[in-house]
Amino acid sequence: MMMRVLSILLILLTSFFFTGIIVRTKSIFSGRKGPGIMQPMKDIFRSLRKGSVYSETTSFIFQLAPTIYMATLLMAILFIPFGNQKGVLSFNGDFVLFAYLLALGKFFMVIASLDTGSSFEGMGASREALYSMLVEPAFFILMGSFALLTGYTSFAGIFGALHFGSYISYGLGILASFVFITIALIENSRMPVDDPKTHLELTMIHEVMILDNSGYDLGLVLYGTNLKFAMYGAIIANFFLTPGYEWYFSVPIYITVQVGFAVIVGTIESFSARFRMNHNPQFIFMFTSISLLIFLGILLGTGKIS
Amino acid sequence: MFVSIALPVLTFFFILVVALVKPERKGLAATTAVILNAAISSWAAIKVLAGNPFDGSFYGGIVFENIAVQLDGLSAWFILLTNFTAITAILYGAQYLQHHHSHPANLSLHYSSYLLNHFALLGLYFIQHSLAFLFLWEVMALSSFILVIFEHGRMENLKAGINYFIQSHISIVFLTLGFIWVYASTGSFEFSVIRDYCLSTGKEAGLLLFLVFFMGFGIKAGFVPFHTWLPHAHPAAPSHVSGMMSGVLIKAGIYGILRMLLFMPENHLVMGYFILIISVITGVYGVLLATIQHNIKKLLAYHSIENIGIIGIGIGIGTLGNGLHNPFLTFAGYAGALLHTLNHSLFKSLLFFTAGTVNTVTHTLTIDRMGGLIKKMPHTAVLFLVAALAICGLPPFNGFISEFLIYSGLFNAIGSGQSASIMILAVIGLALIGGLALMCFTKAFGIIFLGTNRAENQPVIREAGPAMLFPKYLIVILIVAIGLLPQLFIGFLQNPVGLFTNIPVSPEVTNLTGLMNKISLSATALILLTFLLLLIRKAVSRKFAPVYGPTWGCGYQTESPKLQYTASSFVNPYARLIKPWVGMSHRNEAIADIIPRPLHTETHFFDKIESHLVDWPVRNLKAFLGKFKFLQNGSVQFYVLYGVVFIAISIAIPLIINAIQYLSQMIKQL
Repeated sequence: MMMRVLSILLILLTSFFFTGIIVRTKSIFSGRKGPGIMQPMKDIFRSLRKGSVYSETTSFIFQLAPTIYMATLLMAILFIPFGNQKGVLSFNGDFVLFAYLLALGKFFMVIASLDTGSSFEGMGASREALYSMLVEPAFFILMGSFALLTGYTSFAGIFGALHFGSYISYGLGILASFVFITIALIENSRMPVDDPKTHLELTMIHEVMILDNSGYDLGLVLYGTNLKFAMYGAIIANFFLTPGYEWYFSVPIYITVQVGFAVIVGTIESFSARFRMNHNPQFIFMFTSISLLIFLGILLGTGKIS
Repeated sequence: MFVSIALPVLTFFFILVVALVKPERKGLAATTAVILNAAISSWAAIKVLAGNPFDGSFYGGIVFENIAVQLDGLSAWFILLTNFTAITAILYGAQYLQHHHSHPANLSLHYSSYLLNHFALLGLYFIQHSLAFLFLWEVMALSSFILVIFEHGRMENLKAGINYFIQSHISIVFLTLGFIWVYASTGSFEFSVIRDYCLSTGKEAGLLLFLVFFMGFGIKAGFVPFHTWLPHAHPAAPSHVSGMMSGVLIKAGIYGILRMLLFMPENHLVMGYFILIISVITGVYGVLLATIQHNIKKLLAYHSIENIGIIGIGIGIGTLGNGLHNPFLTFAGYAGALLHTLNHSLFKSLLFFTAGTVNTVTHTLTIDRMGGLIKKMPHTAVLFLVAALAICGLPPFNGFISEFLIYSGLFNAIGSGQSASIMILAVIGLALIGGLALMCFTKAFGIIFLGTNRAENQPVIREAGPAMLFPKYLIVILIVAIGLLPQLFIGFLQNPVGLFTNIPVSPEVTNLTGLMNKISLSATALILLTFLLLLIRKAVSRKFAPVYGPTWGCGYQTESPKLQYTASSFVNPYARLIKPWVGMSHRNEAIADIIPRPLHTETHFFDKIESHLVDWPVRNLKAFLGKFKFLQNGSVQFYVLYGVVFIAISIAIPLIINAIQYLSQMIKQL
């Protein structure tokens, strides 16, 4: 049980400095001094300790949504395993529940932004709903591929059975990491799909959805982004953990992968520009096809084609 | 035996009662009848689910002769889910129809048809005799046609009703064809001979027979491309009828397919692939079109098609499981399909009922003219929200459980490497359906209930009365119960699903009970966690008095409901994406003068399959038949002439044939 909780603790820990590393990477690349690694977290804490201003148009949905969003995220990380250690909750098909929990949170964030009656927030809600709809199949294809490869249908089973040492599984791990990084970028509305630092509401996706959130609720939503990053980072790290070894071996690898992931995100944001809005679906289709390629590759590789 | 006499007697007695009592009492009489019928049939069904199958027959007169009656787990399951929705629909409908008391005749007709419809549905699940089955099927089709055209004063309702009427008779043609085929080969109307026939004849003939039945039942269920009646009939019907039709009537088609599958001992693989692929297409196509609908009832109708697709995916993988000898797949598939049948009947009827309530206060079905209803109608809003979350398959509600079962089956098959490439297709389909449903229902809920009202003439909005809310809360209780305690319902499914598996399978064998326990645990944990976080939020924000202000307008100062995002703008990026797959008609007025007048632009989406498969042939047929219009010229002399010509031909043809035979014999002799 102790080891099962380790995964959650590590994800929570990572979430505290994840966006900090992204910001730091960006500042280094652009030659600025930049804020400290803990600065984003300090901002969140400041928000959490403030009162809220609510729009008169909104209803209880608006006040409920950030809490439900946070609850779904906290539930979702319970499913993430750590190496050969199962998550707190683990059963066959748990990744289906994982995906649907995230969808539940998204549902509430989308309707909360429609609750304000603002055209800008409606715009963001529309885009968020569209892109998350397009992302959904990629995740399931990927999990299907690993189910096909390993014969297991749970997070823990799949990651426990991915035996390392063969080049194929490393290759697959890297390809899958690529897809997961892209999923994380889209789910968190980062570059190149969305620019969190843009100053024009017309071009935003996620940021424009939460224009009216303030105080504690805003803090929750902002922390949600960090948590989501750490969660996807943990999934990616699981591809590279070495089951069978003790924690003193796994934890450093885990932290390295998480930091590497954050640095990659920072690098992408430093060197790429945001896509035009209508190019985003094409981008998402591209990596959906990559995940299909992974599936077909495994299908051919394992000879289970029938 | 008692049931098969009690049901018709009760039904016909209460039809008389409904016709005779005062208009205000008609609703009560109908409700009593439905509850009595439901109680009797449910009692029989529950006994069956508890393990006492019911078998019998009664003499049906010179036409039907002996009618076999049988109740097994499958019938029992459908009877129970039909009864629940029939009761909630009539409870709601009796309130909904209150302002129609000035038309007692119409009301009597409506309630009698409702009773007949309920009776016919129940009968269908009892009867094991093809002729009697067809008879009841026809009763069901006719009575539901009358239910649909309740507001027949409006032309489009009548048109939609006739469209439904014709399509349900095409369904009957296929069913009749299938049953006659079996009768011609075996000489018996009993259902059980279908199995013997399939065993005695070749595999190909069995498959063809299945396809004929699938067409017949598929029209009723609304599988693509036989779905075109649904989006017309549902908006035309009054809301409780839409809920009843979408909830249980189209499920009669699902029942038929399942019943026929029970009699098909062979071809499991081919049938499974066929059902799976057509269901994935149905599901994706249904939700693809649902998302761009702005008429709330039409939107819900397309979602019924989507959900039929999901049920079909379950049936497909269940059948494949039989073919692949994978008991887990069979159980998960059929259990998922049956549970989703129940689930869909719950949340879809709830959605239609709430849509009906919304319609009565806003007097429109176009969601772009709604908004902000949550403030005046909090109950209706929450009810709609629960149903919307459930239909999107989100935890902790019932839709998730059945979709999870189907996903489990699919991933299990992928994991064991059985037809993985087809299974992943179904997974992609389900994932897309989930994502699109989320988009569609955030749109529907957000535009109808949130923000501020977009209508030009602000309607008077008030919450529905407790009598109208009561049946809806009944449904919500069941939705939440299935979501939180799925292990219980999996247990109930053991009996019906057991009929489909060649080897005895229980949830324990397939480890599904344990799985459901964990899902139940996760769902409960999610709710507790949410409450905990809400408590923390309350504790933290107690220090501050909430401040209220206008919505942040990004610098724009003049607020107006017109500035809000509409349903059309919400789905605009999506609509542009799917333009190649759906039909879109776009009408733009050109700018004419130097000082342009106000311009109008119109965009309509239409169903491409419908326009190619129904509208185009009908148009051409009309054009072709129009060429013979000159025959019907209205003068009696010509009609007499046609008669004479007909008689002359019918006398002449045998003579000519005789002459030809005579000649050919002569030539042979030569």
